[in-house]
Amino acid sequence: MSIATKEIEAGRIWDFPGGIHPPEHKHRSNQTPIAQLSLAETFVIPIKQHTGAPGDIIVAVGDHVVGGQPLTDAGLNNGLPVHAPTSGTITAIGPGRIAHPSGLPDTVITLTADGRDEQVTMPPITDFHERGRSELLDRIKQAGIAGLGGAGFPTAQKFALQRPLDYLIINGVECEPYITADDRLMREHAQTIIDGIEILLHLAGCQKAMLAIEANKPEAIAQFESLLPHHPAISLRVVPVKYPSGGEKQLIQLVTGRQVPSRGLPLDVGLVVQNVGTAYAVARAVLAGEPLIQRVVTVTGDHVERPGNYWVRIGTPVAELLHQCGFNPGPQQRVIMGGPMMGFTLPDLTVPVVKITNCILVPSYAELPPPAAEMNCIRCGACADVCPAQLLPQQLQWLAKAKDYDGLEKQNLFDCIECGACAFVCPSEIPLVHYYRKAKAEVRQLAREKMKSEVARERFEARQIRLEREKQERLERHRRAAEARKKAQAEAVAKGADDPQDAIQAAIARAKARKAAQAAAAAAKQSDDESNV
Amino acid sequence: MSLITALIILGVLALIFGIILGFAAVRFHVESDPIVEQIDALLPQTQCGQCGYPGCRPYAEAIANGEEINKCPPGGETTIKNLSELLGVEAKPLDAAHGAESVKKVAVIREDECIGCTKCIQACPVDAILGAAKHMHTVIAHECTGCDLCVEPCPVDCIDMVPVPVRPDNWQWDLQQIPIRVVE
Repeated sequence: MSIATKEIEAGRIWDFPGGIHPPEHKHRSNQTPIAQLSLAETFVIPIKQHTGAPGDIIVAVGDHVVGGQPLTDAGLNNGLPVHAPTSGTITAIGPGRIAHPSGLPDTVITLTADGRDEQVTMPPITDFHERGRSELLDRIKQAGIAGLGGAGFPTAQKFALQRPLDYLIINGVECEPYITADDRLMREHAQTIIDGIEILLHLAGCQKAMLAIEANKPEAIAQFESLLPHHPAISLRVVPVKYPSGGEKQLIQLVTGRQVPSRGLPLDVGLVVQNVGTAYAVARAVLAGEPLIQRVVTVTGDHVERPGNYWVRIGTPVAELLHQCGFNPGPQQRVIMGGPMMGFTLPDLTVPVVKITNCILVPSYAELPPPAAEMNCIRCGACADVCPAQLLPQQLQWLAKAKDYDGLEKQNLFDCIECGACAFVCPSEIPLVHYYRKAKAEVRQLAREKMKSEVARERFEARQIRLEREKQERLERHRRAAEARKKAQAEAVAKGADDPQDAIQAAIARAKARKAAQAAAAAAKQSDDESNV
Repeated sequence: MSLITALIILGVLALIFGIILGFAAVRFHVESDPIVEQIDALLPQTQCGQCGYPGCRPYAEAIANGEEINKCPPGGETTIKNLSELLGVEAKPLDAAHGAESVKKVAVIREDECIGCTKCIQACPVDAILGAAKHMHTVIAHECTGCDLCVEPCPVDCIDMVPVPVRPDNWQWDLQQIPIRVVE
């Protein structure tokens, strides 16, 4: 055992560079148990709620579906299925608002609930230790589970690559202010989460899991401290309170001291990270056969009467969720999906709660003022001090404004996790993350265009070659036809027919003779005239 | 004596290096002009001919021979900037005589009006139109470069150039452009 591994085993907690300590505001929503939200009348289910391609729609308008029934399947694109959150009738399939900062529409399935809330589940798998990886991975995929921590990467896909892993890290840090969904889930469903971790350990093929919880969640820590002695493969790591210690790369650095390489994956350093919510969903999908149709959502902020955590069916419109929590909007009320650091303002309230929605924040004006006017960068360097990825935020900002994509690449723009720490400390109120997101989108767009132009070039060249070939073939065909004609004539002549060449020659000879005769006649006439003079 | 030795040694060295260079010239022979390849790689490959040359490759060859770099409207400012960096020449504004830079577009055939004449198929430089004589034609949207060349030959004028739709996955984070409906 190497020294580093010994230190990991001993439970050492490393540190990561930068980080900030924003006001937490967690006590507002973590005082009451997770409540069940009443069913909405209509649900809006976007067909793409994860990172990757959407699945193929397998229902039609007018179909009656029951809760847990898949509405899409993996299909040709190898997408992740989405499920009906309750029983009812499909009333529309088409473009609709989705939970995306752009406010642009995407394909959504609208379901009108019938109120009976009939459910269908898959057969439970209780003896998961005896089952093969592929069967369990297929179950997790069929249950539509994507990383519930925020990125929405399909969970089965994370484990599909069979690479030797040292540790499975379970992320229960939840470092973003206001959000307490994972906190409450850990307090109330610790045993199910542990079951989920056991299943994930079986899938990862490694021996040990580390469950990381931030030190500001003593109740959750106490829960696991009492339960984990029965599960020797899982150890608890309490990480200090700092934002963004829940970032995947930051958490890895905290509990193992390893650094994920630039543009690399945790797999590259022998680790895989899953959120506690995902572990819970995996346990329910495998042990109870339940697909992912509901999740815990924190509803909080000054303008909600009953802040807390709620079990919300996926597809519930945000307006309905807020209505049930006692929403009294202020003037120009902003509604934020996600936390104050990484969330985004919703374009309107018809957008639904999706698999990655962990929080709906309705702050008052004083609580979270809208961004002030951007001022000039004063080169104070505060942003570089807090950047957890050790980037140079101000440098990136200049380069992004100048659209210097090579320079951005050199400054490792794509290692930015968009945590917002730099913008939080910026005294000039520069919306730094916005610039990075925009620059990233532009770089991706350029890459797409480059790829498209490569394809266009290939197709153009293939067409040129084809046209040239067709031209050659045409010429060849004409040449052959001419040859065949000549040959046929030659054969006909050999058989004794009149040689067309003879006929031509004869015609030429006749014409010449006629011309000569005419010339002679003319000459004779002329000499006659002369003699007559 | 030493003078002759030196001459002989230098002569032998010259011979050896000559052989090495000669071999390298044959062994590592470069078929085409690499600068043309590099220029071609920077052009947008729409094959639209707006520059006055029949495709991007011929224009790349022309640039290598001293043609202006500001004749490519689909590439726009970005292409001009890239070309000026590659060739070490001054970046000029786009030559308006060849057209203006516009949003990316894609051709769409109004299929019920198509008479199946195949004229657009022959015009398409990247074979992005499917169809046969007296049968309806259609554009393979993701192969279309938006070059406009199919619009003019169509005898019934049933081809539209529509801007490429912005979807959540190719959105450019233009937050200021999004009308945020404020809830009262």
